Amino acid sequence: MNKIKLIIAREYLTRVRKKSFIVMTILGPILMAAMIVVPVFLATMDDSSQRKIAVIDETGLFFEKFKNDDQHIFHQITKDINTAKLEHSTTDDYALLYIPQKSVSLPTQAMLYSDKQPNLNLKSYIERVMSKEIEEQKLLIQIDRLNLSDANKEIALNIPESIKTSITLSTIKLGEGDEETKTYAEISMVVGIFTGLMIYFFIFIFGAQIMRGVIEEKTSRIIEVIVSSVKPFQIMMGKILGIALVGLTQLVLWVVLTSSIIGIAKFAFDTDIKTPQSELMSTNQMVPANATTTTMDVSSSTKIWEVVNSINFGMIILTFTFYFLGGYLLYAALFAAIGAAVDNETDTQQFMLPITIPLILSIVMAQFVIQNPDGAVAVWMSIIPLTSPIIMMVRIPFGVPYEELALSMGLLILGFLGTTWLAARIYRIGILMYGKKPTYKEIWKWVKYKG
Amino acid sequence: MELFVAENITKTFTNHTALNNLSIKVPEKSIFGLLGPNGAGKTTLIRIINQITAPDSGKLFLNGEKLSPKHIANIGYLPEERGLYKKMKVGEQSVYLAQLKGLERKEAIKRLKYWFEKFEIGSWWDRKVEELSKGMQQKIQFIVTIVHEPKLLIFDEPFSGFDPINVNLLRDEILKLRDKGATIIFSTHNMASVEELCDHIALINNSQKILDGEVKEVKSRFKTNTFEISYSGFDKDVKQLFNGQFELVGVTKFDESSTAKIKINQGTQNDLLNHLLPHLQIHSFNEIIPSMNDIFIQRVAEANQSKNEQS
Repeated sequence: MNKIKLIIAREYLTRVRKKSFIVMTILGPILMAAMIVVPVFLATMDDSSQRKIAVIDETGLFFEKFKNDDQHIFHQITKDINTAKLEHSTTDDYALLYIPQKSVSLPTQAMLYSDKQPNLNLKSYIERVMSKEIEEQKLLIQIDRLNLSDANKEIALNIPESIKTSITLSTIKLGEGDEETKTYAEISMVVGIFTGLMIYFFIFIFGAQIMRGVIEEKTSRIIEVIVSSVKPFQIMMGKILGIALVGLTQLVLWVVLTSSIIGIAKFAFDTDIKTPQSELMSTNQMVPANATTTTMDVSSSTKIWEVVNSINFGMIILTFTFYFLGGYLLYAALFAAIGAAVDNETDTQQFMLPITIPLILSIVMAQFVIQNPDGAVAVWMSIIPLTSPIIMMVRIPFGVPYEELALSMGLLILGFLGTTWLAARIYRIGILMYGKKPTYKEIWKWVKYKG
Repeated sequence: MELFVAENITKTFTNHTALNNLSIKVPEKSIFGLLGPNGAGKTTLIRIINQITAPDSGKLFLNGEKLSPKHIANIGYLPEERGLYKKMKVGEQSVYLAQLKGLERKEAIKRLKYWFEKFEIGSWWDRKVEELSKGMQQKIQFIVTIVHEPKLLIFDEPFSGFDPINVNLLRDEILKLRDKGATIIFSTHNMASVEELCDHIALINNSQKILDGEVKEVKSRFKTNTFEISYSGFDKDVKQLFNGQFELVGVTKFDESSTAKIKINQGTQNDLLNHLLPHLQIHSFNEIIPSMNDIFIQRVAEANQSKNEQS
């Protein structure tokens, strides 16, 4: 319908041209990029204080190779690893490096224990030293073999390929009671909570915009002119869809701007401080399939990437877009109905309550859902349309069965159709009613009016 | 021929009846006054004509066709309570509203520019509405109402908020629109402008039509056969001149002459003149034609009284 397009265009253009929209669109990515870039930056920042690192080297191959410098002093201890871990907090050591002995092959694994997230430079230094040492060891073996088989050319050609080695340095934070909590799983929690919160804020911010828009049209009385040209339902849907486009525009701009800022920052860091990260990554790629590589804990950003890859990025984007829009549409119509029912914003409080309760409940429950993403409460809340947009997003990174997802999505669509129908019936009467604030009973009567 | 016809319209809200079996006929190319006290049901009727609300029962016709959404482009409506988007630019907003009425964008801009020049507000095109005075906003609203050249125009209190100069400007434009072939429904409480502009009227009270017809005809219907004479040359009380046939309604004395209102209960005005000529020096002799204001008040009072008696 042509007229609904006109309304969408007006709602969209007037909002996108606003100063507040432009400011938010620029500030948002800067803040978000800062949240990601600053910790990485801090981790790579040179620290002037010297740090002592205790080394338990069961192989006896590596300790000699660690050179003390301005920042790091390595000293060897000869305790059992478990006692060393227990005693770590009583010493003034910054970290504890443990290189276990391997009976058959050369060691390719080491553990770096620390109270805090260890410095990125330290980690890459240790990895570099160890890789180099192992490569040397392997080369020696190859050369020995060459000598034995009288300069076999074929083996000689294979040398560079076969000696490439990657070091797995797991960083483990020493928690209270000596619990080894890996930071690894937390990232999927962060993804879940973050996407859930995005939907929560989007519904509130843009829902409130719809409500204010409706109240503005009502109090300025322009609505009477408009309803003489367009059906109330078209006005309401035009407004809802126009504002949805504003939200999508903002989201897309945020994603594009944030990732380009991070990209630029990454590039700047890489050239700036020559972290051996890129070298190590390329080493890793050349490792033959049978090599014993598990996790490559190089830096927090690559770690995030790994986790993101492991939790199905495409799935998250698809479901996020669906619940982002579905949740918005479900609530948007209700916000429009509230705007139509009242004369000014102060009267909205009472009617806002039924809308805010499920949303706030979702956010409050999200932290419990994350502990137990497949519990009964989590499953039910991710299926009921009023709470599903947030709770389902919290559950998605942990994996959700397809039939639950389908049921939840189907119900959300039904819920959206239901609230829109209900809201449209309130809206068409409400926009022409002035005077005292209606009661719930009166609003119910509006719903039942025919015509 | 009638441009707009409403037949037996009834509209009930939860607690009261807004319109009760109401019928009106609006002749083509005329100005039709829709009158009535506050809360009589005028706004409800106007909203029904605009298809903002639907009647519970009854039929509506525009130009002989059953009223349907396709007629929106043929109707222009200037509501009593009016407003514009405050933050939007005047030109952009006018184009938007004209497009909603079905005009093409280019055509809308062309016509709006013409009207803006005519109303001497062309320089306001790129200003925001909130920067304009109330009178300016009213002008824009008027332009937006008529820009799509509808067959039927509905003006609800169009003159409120205008200064006398702009009232004249607007009145002239309304008359021009009628002369060009538009039919106008004009709702107001200002009876002077009804007398000035309207060709036909309908008076609504308490959800019912209590009076309608051509203005001239309505006025003559309410004539009470009362005449006003101004006279001199009679020093005694004029009362003694009248008996049952002629009734003295009132008398006002001036220095030079006096005026008296006399109602004829029997006979003609010539009989009255014959009766008075021997006694008085008559300067003028006029029939008293009731004003719309008097008719309005009288009819509404009568209707309310009969309603009270019924209940």
